Amino acid sequence: MYNFEFENPSSIAEAVAALAEEEAQALGGGQTLIPTLKQRLAMPSKLVSLAGIAEMKGVSIADGMLTIGGGATHAEVAAEACPPLAALAGQIGDPAVRNRGTIGGSLANNDPAADYPAAMLALKSTIVTNNREIAGDDYFQGLFETALEEGEIITSVRCEIPEGANYQKFVQPASRFALVGVFVAKYADGVRVGVTGASEEGAFRWDEAEVALNSNFSAAALEGLALDAEGMMADIHGSKAYRAHLVGVLTKRAVSAV
Amino acid sequence: MKDDITRDERVENLKGMGCSRKRVEDARFTQGKGNYVDDIKLDGMLFGDFVRSPYAHARITNIDAAAALEVPGVIAVLTAADLEPLGLHWMPTLAGDKQMVLADGKVLFQGQEVAFVVAEDRYAAADGIEAVEVEYEELPVVVDPFAALQSDVVLREDLVAEDGSLPDGAHGPRKHHNHIFTWEAGDKEPTEQVIDTAEVVAEETMYYHRTHPCPLETCGSVASMDKVNGKLTLWGTFQAPHAIRTIVSLISGIEEHNIRVISPDIGGGFGNKVGAYPGYVCSVVASIVTGKPVKWIEDRMDNLMTTAFARDYHMTGKISATRDGKITGLHCHVTADHGGFDACADPTKFPAGFMNICTGSYDIPTAYLAVDGVYTNKAPGGVSYRCSFRVTEAVYFIERMIEVLAIKLNMDAAELRRINFIKKEQFPYTAALGWEYDSGDYHTAWDKALDTVDYKGLRAEQAQRVEDFKAGKTRKLMGIGLSFFTEIVGAGPVKNCDILGLGMFDSCEIRIHPTGSAIARLGTISQGQGHATTFAQILASEIGLPADSITIEEGDTDTAPYGLGTYGSRSTPVAGAATAMAGRKIRAKAQMIAAYLLEVHDNDVEFDVDRFVVKGAPERFKTMKEIAFASYNQAIPGVEPGLEAVSYYDPPNMTYPFGAYICVMDIDVDTGVPEIRRFYALDDCGTRINPMIIEGQVHGGLTEALAVALGQEIAYDDMGNCKTGTLMDFFLPTAWEVPNYETDYTVTPSPHHPIGAKGVGESPHVGGVPCFSNAVQDAFRAFGNTHTNMPHDHWRIWKTASDLGLHG
Ligand SMILES: Cc1cc2nc3c(=O)[nH]c(=O)nc-3n(C[C@H](O)[C@H](O)[C@H](O)COP(=O)(O)OP(=O)(O)OC[C@H]3O[C@@H](n4cnc5c(N)ncnc54)[C@H](O)[C@@H]3O)c2cc1C
Repeated sequence: MYNFEFENPSSIAEAVAALAEEEAQALGGGQTLIPTLKQRLAMPSKLVSLAGIAEMKGVSIADGMLTIGGGATHAEVAAEACPPLAALAGQIGDPAVRNRGTIGGSLANNDPAADYPAAMLALKSTIVTNNREIAGDDYFQGLFETALEEGEIITSVRCEIPEGANYQKFVQPASRFALVGVFVAKYADGVRVGVTGASEEGAFRWDEAEVALNSNFSAAALEGLALDAEGMMADIHGSKAYRAHLVGVLTKRAVSAV
Repeated sequence: MKDDITRDERVENLKGMGCSRKRVEDARFTQGKGNYVDDIKLDGMLFGDFVRSPYAHARITNIDAAAALEVPGVIAVLTAADLEPLGLHWMPTLAGDKQMVLADGKVLFQGQEVAFVVAEDRYAAADGIEAVEVEYEELPVVVDPFAALQSDVVLREDLVAEDGSLPDGAHGPRKHHNHIFTWEAGDKEPTEQVIDTAEVVAEETMYYHRTHPCPLETCGSVASMDKVNGKLTLWGTFQAPHAIRTIVSLISGIEEHNIRVISPDIGGGFGNKVGAYPGYVCSVVASIVTGKPVKWIEDRMDNLMTTAFARDYHMTGKISATRDGKITGLHCHVTADHGGFDACADPTKFPAGFMNICTGSYDIPTAYLAVDGVYTNKAPGGVSYRCSFRVTEAVYFIERMIEVLAIKLNMDAAELRRINFIKKEQFPYTAALGWEYDSGDYHTAWDKALDTVDYKGLRAEQAQRVEDFKAGKTRKLMGIGLSFFTEIVGAGPVKNCDILGLGMFDSCEIRIHPTGSAIARLGTISQGQGHATTFAQILASEIGLPADSITIEEGDTDTAPYGLGTYGSRSTPVAGAATAMAGRKIRAKAQMIAAYLLEVHDNDVEFDVDRFVVKGAPERFKTMKEIAFASYNQAIPGVEPGLEAVSYYDPPNMTYPFGAYICVMDIDVDTGVPEIRRFYALDDCGTRINPMIIEGQVHGGLTEALAVALGQEIAYDDMGNCKTGTLMDFFLPTAWEVPNYETDYTVTPSPHHPIGAKGVGESPHVGGVPCFSNAVQDAFRAFGNTHTNMPHDHWRIWKTASDLGLHG
């Protein structure tokens, strides 16, 4: 870890001002950033903690809309969000990680094996920042890449509550991140399937599956539908073909569980 | 005199052998009051850490430390050039090879130690490390041992003579510049003949992948050279502190009485802490150079990538039998990947450890084993990860060969084992590859195991499951994993077991205090095994003082008697025997004192639980407590005051624990996830000292077996980059993945061990790995699978199913 300044603002405005400084970086729960700093893989001049900002906290449900503060921890989401998303949050890391890690931090980081991205794509989400709103579909832009600008912070996330939804996480045995995760959400106007962990391009929506499920919402409708293994990720825990196959299996299981 | 308590109560009060005494260590561990190496903080202590090579094979053309020395807090930077005048730029390995302490002109594996930066704290050391400029010239990388034996690339120029010839290595002639040794056991031609003319032969090639013991606490040391009195104190994560003292003395020239080595609490070893590492040497040199204490502690990546891998055996087997399943011969060849230096931790005469126990639990008349050790651009090591020397490899090999043979014979694998077991009446049994098995009763154990799990019923269920699967009624296959293992532990008899010339005896020294409590010190060192609990129990039964009144101390070479440490399940077989023998010396003296006090002849008193009684008159007795007091405070004619004893125990033979394990799993063919429905483990470790601790050891060993069989590996890419340097990729199971274990036992005492105990810490790992693996492979037997390599992680299991066409 290199030396850095530390600031602990209590409002979004103060945080944004503090982040204007060159090489300043936001600190959420630190569950990704602190290990990165320990490995000396990042060298921010200043860390701006978002943990003390009351307006970024909380989970609320109103008018078919779920709103989660950008600073809400995974544990808070697990306790207070609608069931499928709560279940997802409850499977992130371990209790220590869940008690510190935040949804804003996870979405800003956009790890290709993170769980939330699949849900955000499926749940018609809107990512709210200090100065704009970004549709979930436009937000994820590849591995660790997002639509966020320098110094922009996620203040909250809004999701439309679906008629039914389910998340199937297939755990990478060592890290317990998602080797593949599939989030299926069923709305009156259609089905959305968000996939994480699989593609070289990061989280994505599986269009073919959505089309099939729109005409027949059942696992059987997915029979014979296969993702192309090309474009999938490969590592020591799974080949491209394995990941592509798992997406199919997990999507069926998610549909059956909705 | 009359007792107010019964004899049973007196036995109970002792908490001696056979009692599930609670672990005395846990009070401090569970309260965070352990004292590990990293807890040691000395006045003015400096911190050292390594500049490590990013390359797996490279020449070093220049090291420039000038900028590092400018970094605030950096005190010194050591390189090979600084160590060379001391003769410490290389060090001997336990395997008769030598290893660079700091890169001497080149590096042979990723993460190799290149320079040692000494600084006021860890942060300054990290800054210093970044500022050291090293110029590398990359060399071709050799990661595959078979390719290494064909390659023109010379990994170890230091082992090639100037005229290009290859001088013999520590274990004889070398065939190629990347070849280390060939080690053979058994009879080659007769074995080949038996196999060539056999009615049935099964052959298989299998790779036992590279993995790592990964103890929770990484390796580290604190060296403190006191320049005033010339004494070096070295704290470290040493599984063999006395051996470390001798080695440090031999390589540094510091006289042994001026070196004090202390192993404090150790957070797991599993073989990782047997070797001598560059960090230990550098902390010592840095302390001598700076005159201050110097600490070195590995981080997790250092540990996984550089110190002590395990396994990495490419094994080819042939096993022959008659048509009705009687095994006639076994042939095994191993290509052993040892990495850049041969730093295996084995007794000197056994460069492939006890791999020659690979005939297993079976009466195999003819056998031959050859092992070729090979250098590659990988980290050195080759330690016995929770096993006696290479015994996991041997048992995995034979337990797979048995399964493969069963397939070839179209026979039930449990039955094939049964008809080939060494019979009870054949013990002591001399195996074709040389070992004399001291005792065993395999049939009884096997039958008990099979009956307990209703083996026949399981097979019927499995057959039905296959039908259901074929009919599309289920996507889960059922695997029944069998393994029957014989371990060889307790190294060992000095006549054939030594490490760097140090005989592998062990020791115990007991001092009884006047009030009837005691301290015993041993040459071993617990890393979580619970020695302070169990050795006190052995003593309690031997000398009749309560275990709660006996302190067990290990790990300080200034106070403990010399011994070779703890690994290879040797503590109970060797130091445990020394403890019993020393206890018996105490008892013999106590008998004389008791007889004197009771005014009878020595032969007229006998030991009874916690006292000596006059034969035939049990109301006349002296308790051990009374005897202890008298031994110090009463003038007894012809008897020296005091009550102390020492025993150095050179075991006459190894001990041979065995066991029968059965695993039942349901495999999800579509994802490759195995769900372990049942795991039954029957262990026979001879006399059982503390059943609770045995059970704990079995649970731990099985969990590490699950890890290795189902996912844990150290993997490299073609450039020699380690792909599993963190716990994000290196699988460490948690309670989450661990199934319920059912434990059971039979008791076949070792005939030559003073208390009949055999050792148990490693059995579950040795027997567990093939059991998990066999279960996975058995699930696919009906579909034509004979063998697939570990680790059976989800992906690879899925791939097996896919290759067999089970995904439609
Ligand atoms: C052991 C372990 C296991 C884990 N397992 C999982 C798992 O199973 N699934 C999973 O999805 N994740 C997992 N994680 C990651 C975890 O969810 C992290 O909490 C998360 O990825 C980052 O959130 P954070 O609040 O800790 O962010 P930090 O680590 O503080 O920050 C991460 C990045 O986001 C930026 N940032 C933080 N907050 C904001 C914000 N509000 N707006 C804009 N930028 C911001 C930071 O500047 C930084 O670049 C695991 C982590 C650990 C340590």
